[in-house]
Amino acid sequence: MIENRRGFDLFCHAMLIVGVVVVAFPVYVAFCAATMNEQEVFTVPLSLVPSTHLFHNIVSVWTQGSGNAAAPFGRMLANSLVMALVISVGKISVSIISAYAIVFFRFPLRMLSFWVIFATLMLPVEVRIFPTVQVVSTLHLVNSYAGLTLPLTASATATFLFRQFFLTLPEELVEAARIDGAGPLRFFLDVVLPLSKTNIAALFVITFIYGWNQYLWPILITSTQSMTTAVIGIKSMIASGDAATEWHKVMAATLLAMLPPLVVVLSMQRWFVRGLVDSEK
Amino acid sequence: MERRTNFGAGWLPYLLIAPQLAITIVFFLWPAGVALWQSTSSQDAFGISTVFVGFANFRSLFADPLYLASFRTTLVFSALVTAIGLVVSLFLAAMADRITRGKLVYRTLLIWPYAVAPAIAAVLWGFLFNPSIGIITFALGKLGITWNHALNAGQAMTLVVIASVWKQVSYNFLFFYAGLQAIPRSLIEAAAIDGAGPVRRFFGIALPLLSPISFFLLVVNLVYAFFDTLPVIDAATGGGPGQATKTLVYKIFVEGFQGLDIGSSGAQSVVMMLVVVGLTVVQFRFVERKVKYS
Repeated sequence: MIENRRGFDLFCHAMLIVGVVVVAFPVYVAFCAATMNEQEVFTVPLSLVPSTHLFHNIVSVWTQGSGNAAAPFGRMLANSLVMALVISVGKISVSIISAYAIVFFRFPLRMLSFWVIFATLMLPVEVRIFPTVQVVSTLHLVNSYAGLTLPLTASATATFLFRQFFLTLPEELVEAARIDGAGPLRFFLDVVLPLSKTNIAALFVITFIYGWNQYLWPILITSTQSMTTAVIGIKSMIASGDAATEWHKVMAATLLAMLPPLVVVLSMQRWFVRGLVDSEK
Repeated sequence: MERRTNFGAGWLPYLLIAPQLAITIVFFLWPAGVALWQSTSSQDAFGISTVFVGFANFRSLFADPLYLASFRTTLVFSALVTAIGLVVSLFLAAMADRITRGKLVYRTLLIWPYAVAPAIAAVLWGFLFNPSIGIITFALGKLGITWNHALNAGQAMTLVVIASVWKQVSYNFLFFYAGLQAIPRSLIEAAAIDGAGPVRRFFGIALPLLSPISFFLLVVNLVYAFFDTLPVIDAATGGGPGQATKTLVYKIFVEGFQGLDIGSSGAQSVVMMLVVVGLTVVQFRFVERKVKYS
């Protein structure tokens, strides 16, 4: 505290509270809508007091879905979970071992490999959408978990993060391990991996959210309702034709789809903040 | 950059790096090569023969008024998302830096939208602005404003900008807040003793010191507005009404689904790749300079 200005402090708090309220407002309205029945949700203006049908809406959307192509939302949530977990575990494993190879070994083609991995930064899925789909369908991976996850498993960002971290490990660590007769695999498992725990936790939060929130890729690679993800499911619940959108069920599904990534971010907030700030350096 | 001690060569490093390289080559380099090839070739109506046409696809692309209109839409949209997102989050970060109590509570309550999928952000805001039952539509109606983003181009743009900014403020806030917290207290105190008030201190000391972070966030936000907002646009407006919210990336997506012109689609992809390469180069040159500050 530099000087005492009560009025100005109150103003700061007031502005922050306005910010928090504006940020939370859409989700609060979604929550209210999710607790209503069909008649209540179509009342104009929408009531901002929660009603009593939340559980009923969740069960209904979980087992039957909503909209034109009604399919159980529970299955889509499971698909999202598989996708998010496989992508985050895959990204971290693939990146940590390739960063280990690049930092701790001297081998021909080392720098070339590094630049090839680096190039992926310049090729986000949005700019190579349809050629990538062609490749995936050539490999017969459409409508499979492998097709959903494998192409998103490479990560230049994660490889860089691990590389930067490995470069900070003291030389004495490697020397001591070699004197004790530890080979590269032993050194990786007993020294490098335990030291990387915080980095792994931070990357897990970021890659989990990345995987859970994927939009374009699942749309392109899945055509059956049983393979689609929660985010895509919600989009297809919003009718654009003759049938009216069942907003109370859509909002219940939205709450369900937001919950897992929110739990991950809030429960691992410390690592998340660190990982976010670190991975962009 | 290099370690003195290492494990030499042998087959092990190749094995370790193989998965990453295989995925990169099959799912990144190969498709990018295909896009490059398509951008310089032309197919006949049945897709049987393909001929090399050089830069003809690019020439016709930049002569296409719809493509140029989409370019303008993208610039307007990106400028709005980036400018509003940065100003709002910097303001909130400055407020959070100033107060003493409840910093962590505010931070937690402000950063959670990072976890929300862009498409879901669009669904939430689309519900608030729903032309028939939306609660904000109702409030605007009381003020005499008729809201229908399915018909009004300006309102459609407003909706996608609001949903995109709402999602991005959390990210910008975290970086600005971290940057403000890293400013040495002694600097601020010295200025305070010299009689500079909080507003003067912010513009005279904090803002200049935040310039590296601001520049970094500028690039990140431009990338976000160019590419990551595709789900927002698809879920909120579908590019409409007309072409009003059809950004370059969304245009590739929609036209690719219709499968109209593979050569044009390839050329559009290559233009977008050049944009990413440009932004990435800018970002990395900046990272080299940033080392001095930390």
